[in-house]
Amino acid sequence: MISNLSTYEVVESENVSIWFKAAAVVKFPINGGACVKYKDKQIAVFNFTREGTWYACQNLCPHKMEMVLSRGMIGEDQGVPKVACPLHKNSFSLKTGKHLNGDLDRIATYPVKIEDGFVYIGFSE
Amino acid sequence: MKTVIVVGNGMVGYKFCEKFVAKVDQDSFKLIVFGEEPRVAYDRVHLSEYFENGDAERLSMAPREWYQENKIELFTNERVTDIHRNSKTITTLSEKTFNYDYLVLATGSSPFVPQINGVDKDGVFVYRTIEDLEETLAYADKIKKKVQKPKAAILGGGLLGLEAAKAVMDMGLEPHVVEFAPKLMPRQLDTRSSKVLQVKLESMGINIHLSKATNQILGNGHVIGMEFGEDDVLNVDMLVISAGIRPRDELGKSCGLKMGTRGGIVVDNKMRTSDPNIFAIGEIALYNQMIYGLVAPGYEMAGVAVDQIIGLEETTMAAEIDMSTKLKLIGVDVASFGTPFMPAEKGHSIIFENKTESLYKRINVSHDGKRLLGGILVGDAKDYNMLLQMYLNEMPLPKNPENLILGSRSGEDVSFGSAMDLPDTAVVCSCEAVSKGQICCSVKEDGNESLKAIAKATKATTGCGGCKPMVDDLVKETLKSLGKVVKESICEHFEYSRQELYDIVKLKKIEDYDSLLDEVGKGHGCEVCKPAVASIFASIYNETANRQETIQDTNDRFLANIQRNGTYSVVPRVAAGEITPKQLLAIGRIAQKYDLYTKITGGQRIDMFGAQLHELPLIWEELIAERFETGQAYGKSLRTVKSCVGSTWCRYGMDESVTFAIDIENRYKGIRSPHKIKGGVSGCIRECAEARNKDFGFIAVEGGWNVYICGNGGANPQHAQLLVERVDKITATKYVDRFLMYYIQTAPPLTRTAAWLDKLEGGIDYVKDVVINDCLGIADQLDSEMQHLVDTYKCEWKEAVENPEIRARYSHFVNAEEADDTIEFVSLREQKMPKAWV
Repeated sequence: MISNLSTYEVVESENVSIWFKAAAVVKFPINGGACVKYKDKQIAVFNFTREGTWYACQNLCPHKMEMVLSRGMIGEDQGVPKVACPLHKNSFSLKTGKHLNGDLDRIATYPVKIEDGFVYIGFSE
Repeated sequence: MKTVIVVGNGMVGYKFCEKFVAKVDQDSFKLIVFGEEPRVAYDRVHLSEYFENGDAERLSMAPREWYQENKIELFTNERVTDIHRNSKTITTLSEKTFNYDYLVLATGSSPFVPQINGVDKDGVFVYRTIEDLEETLAYADKIKKKVQKPKAAILGGGLLGLEAAKAVMDMGLEPHVVEFAPKLMPRQLDTRSSKVLQVKLESMGINIHLSKATNQILGNGHVIGMEFGEDDVLNVDMLVISAGIRPRDELGKSCGLKMGTRGGIVVDNKMRTSDPNIFAIGEIALYNQMIYGLVAPGYEMAGVAVDQIIGLEETTMAAEIDMSTKLKLIGVDVASFGTPFMPAEKGHSIIFENKTESLYKRINVSHDGKRLLGGILVGDAKDYNMLLQMYLNEMPLPKNPENLILGSRSGEDVSFGSAMDLPDTAVVCSCEAVSKGQICCSVKEDGNESLKAIAKATKATTGCGGCKPMVDDLVKETLKSLGKVVKESICEHFEYSRQELYDIVKLKKIEDYDSLLDEVGKGHGCEVCKPAVASIFASIYNETANRQETIQDTNDRFLANIQRNGTYSVVPRVAAGEITPKQLLAIGRIAQKYDLYTKITGGQRIDMFGAQLHELPLIWEELIAERFETGQAYGKSLRTVKSCVGSTWCRYGMDESVTFAIDIENRYKGIRSPHKIKGGVSGCIRECAEARNKDFGFIAVEGGWNVYICGNGGANPQHAQLLVERVDKITATKYVDRFLMYYIQTAPPLTRTAAWLDKLEGGIDYVKDVVINDCLGIADQLDSEMQHLVDTYKCEWKEAVENPEIRARYSHFVNAEEADDTIEFVSLREQKMPKAWV
């Protein structure tokens, strides 16, 4: 497995060709995130229990190339759901992947769906 | 549909209507109002303004159309003459009859006219209504044409009398105030302040005659003078009587309601008279054996009567009614609040008097110096609102209460800050019962960003207007807080400071983050408020980071310090740095087994780096088996208490610093705080433990321990300051307990003790006062709260490894057992380190 930014590209819901069954909903922390392994990718999946929504993005923080975003604290910035990296508090929008408090590269985001108590992440390959 | 009849269309009668229509559906009640004056209700408090602009309309509480719009049937110039309680009807002077279900008497009062010989002569007036004023004015115009420099006397040197004196002066007459008592405003002022006011008023051309009992009013047909005693005569051309009020209670008397022996209709705290269908409010209501001649209590009574009639029976009148007043008399501020004069056994007074400047300020302080009991201000009442709020909210007094009236001197800090320091519940506008919280909320949430908009939205300042400066401050300060300067609120999700949130959590007994957000926050939270709130929960309930793990900072969430490559470091507690060879061997063995980089920390313990997430519980299981416990190196909590070897080994040692340091570290271990806390204990003044750059430090000296607080290393090194000298260990510990607890409760998030002290008004002296002299009266509470934290300590790592659910969190992948294979190390001096960042 490599921590290479090029591994991660945004997948829009209309481009999903594979819904990967990641894990049972109950395995994810309430109002928090966990990391899902898919092939050679690490995907951070966030359970916004309070809002009843789910988001997924690359686990790799583009700042120092560490696999840590899933351990970051989630929250909201004027309505935009976000994750703050645990290493240096860089915040990223989970809707657009945009870096909210600086000008790092966007992170890749992935569609999530919940079915029969399981979390599925959408990939195009 | 039920019918409510209001008898009296004065300020209080109008206020009843206003509150009634705001709460009641127009189809369920019919409201009929009778007023005997030709005008609709107007503002009597500002009657003298009528002379400034001559515009009666401007004094109206609401225009006549308002009554129509609200479907209120209004009869002015129509006096109610009889109440027939059996048939529940009233009749009027023009012999109309009306049925009622509820009757509200708000007939107010009439001026009291003493039985003095000659009181019926021409040129004798009272001061109550616009008609009274117009008649007085017409007479004044008449005598001004006949007499050069006409004089007018005002009988009564109370609040209304002095207002009347101003009116008379505005009419172009030379005013003479005649008072029976030896002082002016006898109900509000003490003798000295009365004297100050007198000198000031005299300098402005108002003549004052005190201790004068009027025997008769002289003149043949019309008034030409007043006679007080033999050869004591004052020649005047007009007399205005303002000698107090008498309730207009004749309706109550004639229909057999229970009356007070000296007048007034007796009411209970629901404003009900002895007839449950009849209410009495305002100046005819005798409540607690008292008639209240002020607007604020009258308005409150109106609100109570409204609620009672519509069935909200829990609304009642407060047992004690605040009689504080502030007014501007002819440009002179006069105010009194609480207990203005006070017998010496109840407290002591601080008095400032400056006759040349016509200034007098008095505050009455409880014997223990903690509470404000009342006071008087003449000449300068700009501090009235703050003082009143301090009194009403029983706020703690500053260390030197004289600063409240003298202001800051010789570099001391100003004693009270802005209106924003008030609690949200503080009633800022007492006439309309509007709290500080409502005003600030209206600014923030409804966008009412001017005094005018606030007045419209909340009605604050629309009564007596005394609160205007304070409301203005609140609006401005709130606006400032909305972004023009640093916000006090911790983030966009909570409009509160950490200290306010701390109090909210404690008072409302809120136990989880989402509930707090639901109750007092908005949105869904962020990485700023979540850990701040987690720290508050920990400080109040001593819950570990394991319970609400997703609101913790990453370090707390996984009970370890995240390091450069996303691995963690592990630090067991080694209290005071004392460690046995056996424990050293154990750490060595475990570090070797998991291939961890080891280093001695600045806090006299051992840090093991390079552990992967899934290894943490395994490592801790082994450490706990060797009787180690968590060192909380990851937390905003007590880190270590550093010690020198002290008198146990050292030939200079004055006392056993290691033993003390171990006890202290074990006492405070696990306690969470706004930021990390470090301690130090040195056995002598050579200070090998560097206790003076710690948040708290003890240094052994001849005869005891010196205690230092609020030092820190870090980016802005600061020496700790002396809290107390030469005390025994128990006392030293007690003071540090209190200091830490006070810091924990009041500091903003992520603020070390040194930074906290820098910002604290009064500085170290104030901390001494709180901790040692108990100036806030909270020492017992701080003691017990600290003891609770000490008594409920548990090792959160033991909790984590023993609980399978918590333990399951320590896995890199949620869907795979394997470790993160992206982590790479390189070797360094026979150990390892993370591969350099790209």
